[in-house]
Amino acid sequence: AGSVSFTLPEDTFEGYNIDTPSREVTLTNEEAINMYTELQRVRRLEMAADASYKSKLIRGFCHLCIGQEAVPVGIEFAISKEDAVITSYRCHGFTYTRGGTPHEILAELMGRHTGISKGKGGSMHMFTPNFFGGNGIVGAQVPLGAGIAFSQKYLGKNACTINLYGDGAANQGQVFETYNMAKLWNLPVIFVCENNKYGMGTAASRAAANSEYHTRCEYIPGIKANGMDILAVRRAIEYAREHCLFGKGPIILELSTYRYGGHSMSDPGTTYRTREEVQHMRSTRDPISSFKMRLIESGVATEEQIKSIDKDAKKMVDQALAQAKQDPEPPISDLFNHVYAPGTEVPSLRGRVPEETHYFNQ
Amino acid sequence: ETITVREALNSAIDEEMEADPKVWLLGEEVAQYNGAYKVTKGLLDKYGPDRIVDTPITEMGFAGIAVGAALSGTKPICEFMTFNFAMQAIDQIINSGGKTYYMSGGQVPCPVVFRGPNGAAAGVAAQHSQDYASWYGQIPGLKVVSIFDAEDAKGLLKAAIRDPNPVIVLENELMYGTSFPLTEAMKSKDFVLPIGKAKIAREGKDITIVAHSRPVQFSLDAAEKLAKEGISAEVINLRSIRPLDIDTIIKSVKKTNHLVTVEQGFPVCGMGSEISAQIMESEAFDYLDAPVCRIAGADVPMPYARNLEDLSLPTEETIYKQVKRVLNVQ
Repeated sequence: AGSVSFTLPEDTFEGYNIDTPSREVTLTNEEAINMYTELQRVRRLEMAADASYKSKLIRGFCHLCIGQEAVPVGIEFAISKEDAVITSYRCHGFTYTRGGTPHEILAELMGRHTGISKGKGGSMHMFTPNFFGGNGIVGAQVPLGAGIAFSQKYLGKNACTINLYGDGAANQGQVFETYNMAKLWNLPVIFVCENNKYGMGTAASRAAANSEYHTRCEYIPGIKANGMDILAVRRAIEYAREHCLFGKGPIILELSTYRYGGHSMSDPGTTYRTREEVQHMRSTRDPISSFKMRLIESGVATEEQIKSIDKDAKKMVDQALAQAKQDPEPPISDLFNHVYAPGTEVPSLRGRVPEETHYFNQ
Repeated sequence: ETITVREALNSAIDEEMEADPKVWLLGEEVAQYNGAYKVTKGLLDKYGPDRIVDTPITEMGFAGIAVGAALSGTKPICEFMTFNFAMQAIDQIINSGGKTYYMSGGQVPCPVVFRGPNGAAAGVAAQHSQDYASWYGQIPGLKVVSIFDAEDAKGLLKAAIRDPNPVIVLENELMYGTSFPLTEAMKSKDFVLPIGKAKIAREGKDITIVAHSRPVQFSLDAAEKLAKEGISAEVINLRSIRPLDIDTIIKSVKKTNHLVTVEQGFPVCGMGSEISAQIMESEAFDYLDAPVCRIAGADVPMPYARNLEDLSLPTEETIYKQVKRVLNVQ
């Protein structure tokens, strides 16, 4: 079990009212292999979601993170299980890195009883311990994340909250309300703007008067990091986490990233940007192939080992998919469950007609 | 011995904060100013700024922070200076607070209380005079109570704080200073009223009047006046908006055969509409000797001028007259 060191490129970080993190990164070979494995699993998971959506096994909205995998994986390798994460509707990758299995995630996408939210949340609403979703209203998760950090501080936990939002959500008024209270109360929260360059079909520069998202709050320091580089993401989060846990309060990170697909499955993603742009990002900036090159060039892994990891990831996801397809839908009795906590339900909840009214035995 | 609604609310918060260190309170002017309406008076001194938290005037943000904190292990009481301002925050209350437990398949509960004055005060015009009972009452996942007297205030707010679900507690600014008897039962630190149970505030046999919040007083006054004319009105204080205690109303209607509903909210899709519909769907329909009568706020934004404001809200006189009309007596 050796270790390996990398010097990140000079343009990896930019600071706003704060020094940038060190660009020297050392990790054990095992960590490096694990990081690569997780990146590949997230991508395979999303590719399976993509295919399942196209074959009509998945309904409704479905937002994939293909291209952005370094963000969830890099974050997870920088935080502890006690730290909390909350994000928007583009949540499958985080659900996986926070402990959800590919089977639970794919089953949820297909509306199965074995899904991570018992088939009641779907693509946008997935939760695990210390992962608070999976939230569907653009920007609404940002105050929630500060509330989670409030609880962490209130309960005296040595933990912080990773509070993610996109470049589109960054313009929501409630984000600025939250910056204000987070700083006022010195909450241990890391605001992470996952800038994938487009809020739906609107380029960041057409929606934000200042699209340097790490500089959008004059009283909270910020770091911009290359979100396509898993080591940069990890380093930036480690640095920000230390800042929070030392009681210095909130910090804003901007992770520059890129989604290869459309905003959601109903968006081909080609009307507001060129195919060349997407192709260029894929071929020059891909978080998985660039990390693979690093591992091979530094001798951490051979081409064959990488191929075998890739193959295993595909196999793992294929098995999960096959299982999810066979799983049952939620039982009809689940319709009225989970509206209220057990034992504190209202006496009855009405169905479509009086005869379908459900009565709780309290 | 008496107690005001304000004091009853204050002692409910105080007792629950003393009993459960996870309970904390946030809102505008709640701490150093002792509350815009002094409901939280003295609590900062007793519990300190970590548990009594002044917020900036940013309803959407602090309502979201309250919900986030409730999702992650503490029990916030979120005061809105009035529910009119909670419209800024209604997405957080409904979409984040009311739905996360269901969407997570029962994994993530949300024990938050949203409370503050609701409905019309006096002379504050359209933007500060709205009753939100039916708005929140529509949402599965929320519980909603509406407070009339000191007993309601103490028992329902304590129940709301102890409930593991998000609860909306609708108070009334004009009732804060009103005194009511302080009963022995209310002195107990475990005095809670069940959410979902109405109270028969006055028994009667000729007609049922259902009301919530301040109109309960108007209904009781009208009933007193009607009694002098030999008309026996039963007055039900709804107490809970969601769940709605339709069983108590059905039972009463089967006895009195007549029903009048009273509320300060707008008539369209109001509580009276809902109660009427539920009575229509129940066996009580066959017991009605006259159509249900809804008394509500007028279907206009609240006017400022006193004479117009008077015409926009139910009064003892409105109730008195409608009861006689429904009973067809001169």
